[in-house]
Amino acid sequence: MMKFAGLLVLPAGFFLVLAALVLLNDPVQRTAFVLCGVAVEGVGLVVAVRGHMLNRGESH
Amino acid sequence: MTPAAHLSESVLALAFALVLLAPLAVAGVMLTNVGLGRSRSAAQALLGNLAMAAVAVILFALVGSAFAGALPGGAGHILTLGGKPWNLAGAGPLFGAGLATAPLQAQLTLLFEIVAVVLCVLLPWGSGADRVGLLPGIAIAALLAVVFFPLAAHWNWGAGWLAALGTNFGLGSGFLDAGGAATIHVLGGLAALCVVWIAGPRRGKFPKEGFSTAMPGHNAVYVLFGCLLALMGWQAFNAAGALLWLHAPLTALPQTALNTTLSASAALAATFAVTRTRFGKPDASLCANGWMAGLVASSGTAAVVAPLAAVFVGLVAGIATPLLVELFELALSIDDPSGAIGVHAISGVWGLLAAGIFSGSSGQFVAQLVGIAALLGFFLPLLYFVFLALNRYLPFRVNADGERIGLDLHELGGGAYPEFVIHRDESYR
Repeated sequence: MMKFAGLLVLPAGFFLVLAALVLLNDPVQRTAFVLCGVAVEGVGLVVAVRGHMLNRGESH
Repeated sequence: MTPAAHLSESVLALAFALVLLAPLAVAGVMLTNVGLGRSRSAAQALLGNLAMAAVAVILFALVGSAFAGALPGGAGHILTLGGKPWNLAGAGPLFGAGLATAPLQAQLTLLFEIVAVVLCVLLPWGSGADRVGLLPGIAIAALLAVVFFPLAAHWNWGAGWLAALGTNFGLGSGFLDAGGAATIHVLGGLAALCVVWIAGPRRGKFPKEGFSTAMPGHNAVYVLFGCLLALMGWQAFNAAGALLWLHAPLTALPQTALNTTLSASAALAATFAVTRTRFGKPDASLCANGWMAGLVASSGTAAVVAPLAAVFVGLVAGIATPLLVELFELALSIDDPSGAIGVHAISGVWGLLAAGIFSGSSGQFVAQLVGIAALLGFFLPLLYFVFLALNRYLPFRVNADGERIGLDLHELGGGAYPEFVIHRDESYR
């Protein structure tokens, strides 16, 4: 479940990036929001990888 | 980054020659995939590479190219959002219709993308080596060639929304990916990660207690020779990409080829030094991975940076690669025999970021970030859930007995090296 949760956080970060493009015109604000979106994706990736590590040695 | 308009016939003739040389990169990746796997699965691995290339070429040329928008057709599937057009998918002709009458540049675009899709579909196969069967491997390649790669190619290379970030949002020249760092390597590397997650590690790789079991590649000569072949193909591919997507003048091509070589060379030197420092002796397969990582990073940067920057890009990729291989195996429990996740996905991301950093424009850097965000936030989850659904109907992994005797005997009925004696594997006790 943890891996799925992480994978679902990834699109959330992507939508933040898209929202920054659509809603913000100021370059500084837009850059900050894009960076935040990428950071959220990073968190999602870490959670997904962590979820995979918990399954080590489970079935193979 | 949009297709160059009205290239002269002599430039297109050169681009055609370069695209014809680019499959050497495919040959190089195939050889490294086979050499980094085990001897008991070598024939299955190489046959799988060829079968996937064949399926990808047919499906992309007939179906996928329509969504990539390689050949002239409709304007594309456009969504208007925030007052801006977001071109999400191509609307070209299906089944290669109109190819013969299409402009030469469009035909070359299709050929370029065919080489690219073949490279892309080989990456997850290398990571699933020694446990993923031929049929699921081919199904994965088919999905990549029909759905995922065409979308990425349209977004990054065609008239897609990422390529148009410059014109629509003032972000530099739009998402820069002339050599396919994103469209080929990050996409293929993320697909490799999904395959590894779903198929799981090779039997005995990660025991419940203790360290992971070392399973070295069976033929370092294949791997290292594959690196040399890859260099020739990469030089041609990066130069062709610079012509087709960046409007590069002919005078820029030698530097693009030089940057490709510098990046790979610096990466190899860095990996050589890191492995010699850490293990007392340089490691051949890790050095090969370092070389490939330098090539992958050059896909993002070779056409847009100076030679000194290309050396820096390669050095970073070469230092990171052996550390990533250790991190994945020892800390993250990711069994990736070909190293595609570190070499292609992560070095590809680094190459894309470096293209933004060395452009000297904050808008360009943001455009590169948006492209990376699309790959991670859109393609990675979609790849995982689609592959997970596929795995329910066509299990990726062969049965335990097949894995024990080797995929050559299990799937092909004969080995790649019939006169070799296969030693007992301690990990199966």
